[in-house]
Amino acid sequence: MKFLCLDCDAQMASVDTAAPDDGTLTVTFRCPNCDRLVAMLANSMETQMVNSLCVDVGGRSAAPQPFESVRSHLESGAEGALRDATADGGPAWSRDAEQRLARVPGFVRGMVRRLYKEWAAERGIDEITLQVMDEARSDLGIEGM
Amino acid sequence: MGSLIDVKKARTYSQVPGGTASDIGGQLAARARRLERRLSDVRRTVAIMSGKGGVGKSVVTANLATALAADGLSVGVLDADLNGPSMAKLLGVGDSPLAVGEESVEPAIGAGGVKVMSMGLLLQTAETPVTWSGPRSDTFLWRGSLEMNALREFLADTAWGRLDYLLLDLPPGADRIASIHDLLPNLGGAIAITLPSELSREIVSKSLNMARELGVPVIGYVENMSGYLCPHCNEVGPTFVTEREGFDGVPLLATLPFDPRFGGETDAGRPDAARGPDSLTGRAVREIAASVKRFFEDDES
Repeated sequence: MKFLCLDCDAQMASVDTAAPDDGTLTVTFRCPNCDRLVAMLANSMETQMVNSLCVDVGGRSAAPQPFESVRSHLESGAEGALRDATADGGPAWSRDAEQRLARVPGFVRGMVRRLYKEWAAERGIDEITLQVMDEARSDLGIEGM
Repeated sequence: MGSLIDVKKARTYSQVPGGTASDIGGQLAARARRLERRLSDVRRTVAIMSGKGGVGKSVVTANLATALAADGLSVGVLDADLNGPSMAKLLGVGDSPLAVGEESVEPAIGAGGVKVMSMGLLLQTAETPVTWSGPRSDTFLWRGSLEMNALREFLADTAWGRLDYLLLDLPPGADRIASIHDLLPNLGGAIAITLPSELSREIVSKSLNMARELGVPVIGYVENMSGYLCPHCNEVGPTFVTEREGFDGVPLLATLPFDPRFGGETDAGRPDAARGPDSLTGRAVREIAASVKRFFEDDES
């Protein structure tokens, strides 16, 4: 799908993707010539249709994680079914960041932990704080995790 | 009026050069490469199918896998029946968590050292159905897509390692072989499981015809529950009264009687015990394994 600025006849670029907890999706595009912004708003069913394809709207910003779509979408998964074999090492976690991570459903927690860890490590960040998590989840498109 | 002029000015998708930020095509191509890389060390892939439910596909798969493993071959089983998974139980897999590494998930190890990946290993209990997060209405619109993605990840993200055989236990439905073929265009072969009844023959024929249309080599078919094996006198009596017909051009690999001991041991996760040295059914399973090996050896020679 492409978005075209009719005034400039230029293809608009995706600048932000937000997936709030209500299941909807907002993707913001900007015209590279006139800076006009438009937002594509998808309702929860439309968002789910896209989600079920397990592709990243706006492009991939993180390496694929093993079983990522199963872990992201399987509702009836057992909390202890998967064990993160790479849990050790990497940046430290602040206490409040650990507490927020603990609220992520157990079935996907290991994957989400790793996404934050890799994002922080790539940027040379020593400690994952709430602020780091906010920046990472906006960048990675994992709002709500 | 102004908006009409603007709309007319818009170029079509193909008239706007360049890709999209999402690069969906690139993402799909990367997935395909990941799957191809993962299976590059798997020598032979075999789909076990029927089209019809309740014919004993999974019991045959578990026994074929362990029979091949007993011959010293490295074997993996992918339970492609996401909504009715059974391979973890039939292969006696414990409930240890699966280790998730940087690139892959370690499969469970079942009877005979067979590597297993199954949705059954991920669910809360053996009685828990598969449910996906999302809107509760019209789930048919997106459920199938999530299931195919799950199947793809089970194939592409499981650390299968080097395998001589990867068996794929398909769910009922004549279209299932087509779905697997989409993921594995170089599928090595398919085995059909049927019952000695006209109804089963008709439904299984659909799967076989579908396999032929797709160019999937058909190794043969197995007639399951072809008779009732009496546990007292070891004689086999008929289970169905209809005349049996085979499938044109498809070799019969073996007939398996309805054997309560064989079924019971397999259900309990002990397929090796099910095929004890004196077991008539066990001998038949070993014939299937030998036929599968011959099929590939002939094909490769």
